[in-house]
Amino acid sequence: MSLLDVRDLSVVFQRRGERPFTAVDQVSFTVEPGQTVGLVGESGCGKSVTSLAVMGLLPKRGNRVTGEVLFEGTDLLKLRPDDLRDRRGRDIGMIFQDPLSSLNPVIPIGVQVAEVLERHRGMDRRKALREARELLDAVGIPDPDRRLTEFPHQISGGMRQRALIAIALACKPRLLIADEPTTALDVTIQAQILTLLKQLVDETGTALIMITHDLGVVAGLCDTVNVLYGGKVVERAARHELFARPRHPYTHGLLNSVPRLDSVRGERLHAIRGSVADNIPWVEGCAFAPRCDNVVDACLDGPPPLEPTASGGDLRCNNPVSEEVAVP
Amino acid sequence: MLRVIVRRLLQLVVTLIALSALIFVWLRNLPGGPVEALLGERATPERRALLIKALGYDQPILVQYGKFMQRVLTGDLGNSIRTGDPVTDVIARAFPATIELAIAAMIIAVGLGVPLGYLAARYRGRLLDNLTIAGTLLGISIPIFFLGYLLKDVLTQDIHWFPPSGRISTGMDNTSVTGFYVLDGLLTREFDASADALWHLILPAVTLATIPLAVIVRITRASVLDVLNEDYVRTAEAKGLRHRTIRGRHILRNALLPVVTTIGLQTGALLSGAVLTEKVYNWGGLGTLITDSISGGRDYPVLQAIILLAALVFVLVNLLVDLSYAFIDPRVRVR
Repeated sequence: MSLLDVRDLSVVFQRRGERPFTAVDQVSFTVEPGQTVGLVGESGCGKSVTSLAVMGLLPKRGNRVTGEVLFEGTDLLKLRPDDLRDRRGRDIGMIFQDPLSSLNPVIPIGVQVAEVLERHRGMDRRKALREARELLDAVGIPDPDRRLTEFPHQISGGMRQRALIAIALACKPRLLIADEPTTALDVTIQAQILTLLKQLVDETGTALIMITHDLGVVAGLCDTVNVLYGGKVVERAARHELFARPRHPYTHGLLNSVPRLDSVRGERLHAIRGSVADNIPWVEGCAFAPRCDNVVDACLDGPPPLEPTASGGDLRCNNPVSEEVAVP
Repeated sequence: MLRVIVRRLLQLVVTLIALSALIFVWLRNLPGGPVEALLGERATPERRALLIKALGYDQPILVQYGKFMQRVLTGDLGNSIRTGDPVTDVIARAFPATIELAIAAMIIAVGLGVPLGYLAARYRGRLLDNLTIAGTLLGISIPIFFLGYLLKDVLTQDIHWFPPSGRISTGMDNTSVTGFYVLDGLLTREFDASADALWHLILPAVTLATIPLAVIVRITRASVLDVLNEDYVRTAEAKGLRHRTIRGRHILRNALLPVVTTIGLQTGALLSGAVLTEKVYNWGGLGTLITDSISGGRDYPVLQAIILLAALVFVLVNLLVDLSYAFIDPRVRVR
């Protein structure tokens, strides 16, 4: 049994007086115990909404979530709110994009780590604070005793993200969801945080869902990668396969648009033309068709199906990039 | 921290001196005055001149002000023209009544306003929210004296739920220790007096509380709506914390920062509202004293003292609010 099995997850936002908007469209993917899975795509492709839906953290009103989110066989979408509350932070931890705004500004770091231990592991405040000190130490925060009583504005951005990681891993969850954990950080700190995540995941055996728009992050971390476009999975492959032989024109375009140190001087950077605003609805055809170099007539004849590939992945494309012209 | 307090207290002294000069000049330029009030309209010019001289009002206003300040610095605020009693005694009798009323009103406003504002935000756009918003609009716009007389008519005349006026029933044999009747009753173990005073306190306090209550509901609601969208609330949810913990530790603690500021600013509204409320319920506090002192012949010494005291209270409460802010919000803490 997979640790997490997301089946046909859809999230439709519907505000009164507005047209419904499908942010996540029948997304399915699995996470095995200890595995690191990437959800990759540009802004608005539905990757964050997917993770919030898995956690049950979407706003209570204005959206409809369908499908199944099976965590060790239990459908999280069908759990009573209180039962889900018992699992959040204990079985599944989550870290977010902006470490400053994700920490409560008026509460000491120590309490913010300790409260999750008090909640799920039944510790009293003293014991939880002692444990919190160990956790801060484990995520590489220097002088953890002092940090316990400090407030978020008194520590650096990198340390804040480390504190959030300590919070998310405090109860040794079996799954950690990281939603763009390095986007708000300096490049040097980004590398440190990724190294830390990799190390912690390896040590604890926690499975990780890495949500990112940064293929560099994927390359260094993920076992399997799901590429999302317009709310649907368009390509799924093992990391090496994806980087060596991207099949979907979108994935291909993403990899091609990464600047390379070994490219010829003066060569222009490749870009995917158009923007997400050009998307057509999936019911009319492939959402990526208006921006695609490989577009064929069939692409405007309804959505292409997600089909298994010879290399063990999945692909949603009528005219994939042939394996020969892949990225050098 | 100490430096901030000292600086603010020095600012307070300057404010009070400027204010005292303003009030002094302003009061003496009001039409009518103590001479007319004491002697009546048909007094002879000779008698008027004699009284003006006796009261010192014939001297240049600067000299009058100088003498006044000289006495104030020695703690002598003069005597009431109306009754002849020392102003300090007159005020000491009325001050606890008004403070008791204001504190009761603030307890109602905060105790009711914060939960209501929170619930309105939580159930935004639903019936409860709409009713609350409509209610606050009514609360802000209804004149205090109108509401006062309305409550008094219905609840004390038509149905006798509350006593119509005064701070305590006549014939209640209560010992005064602090001048706060409810507190006195508890201190002296005269619990019946305490209960009776509380019973008298409810209607005036509710009347006085309406405006601060409406303001606090609105500020709380807006502030909670802001905080609900904050990332750290989402983090708290992601931790699986109990609803209770999220509400108290993560939402309200942050949402109440602006409310604390509002409480300070509403002290002004309370003091001015007290004038009308005390009139309606014949309360016998500073509000009653101020109306009596104006209508009873411009009792200059009493009026000056009350206005300065009100200013002092307002500035001190806001100083306290600013200082408490530093304790609640670590980000504004001074090194």
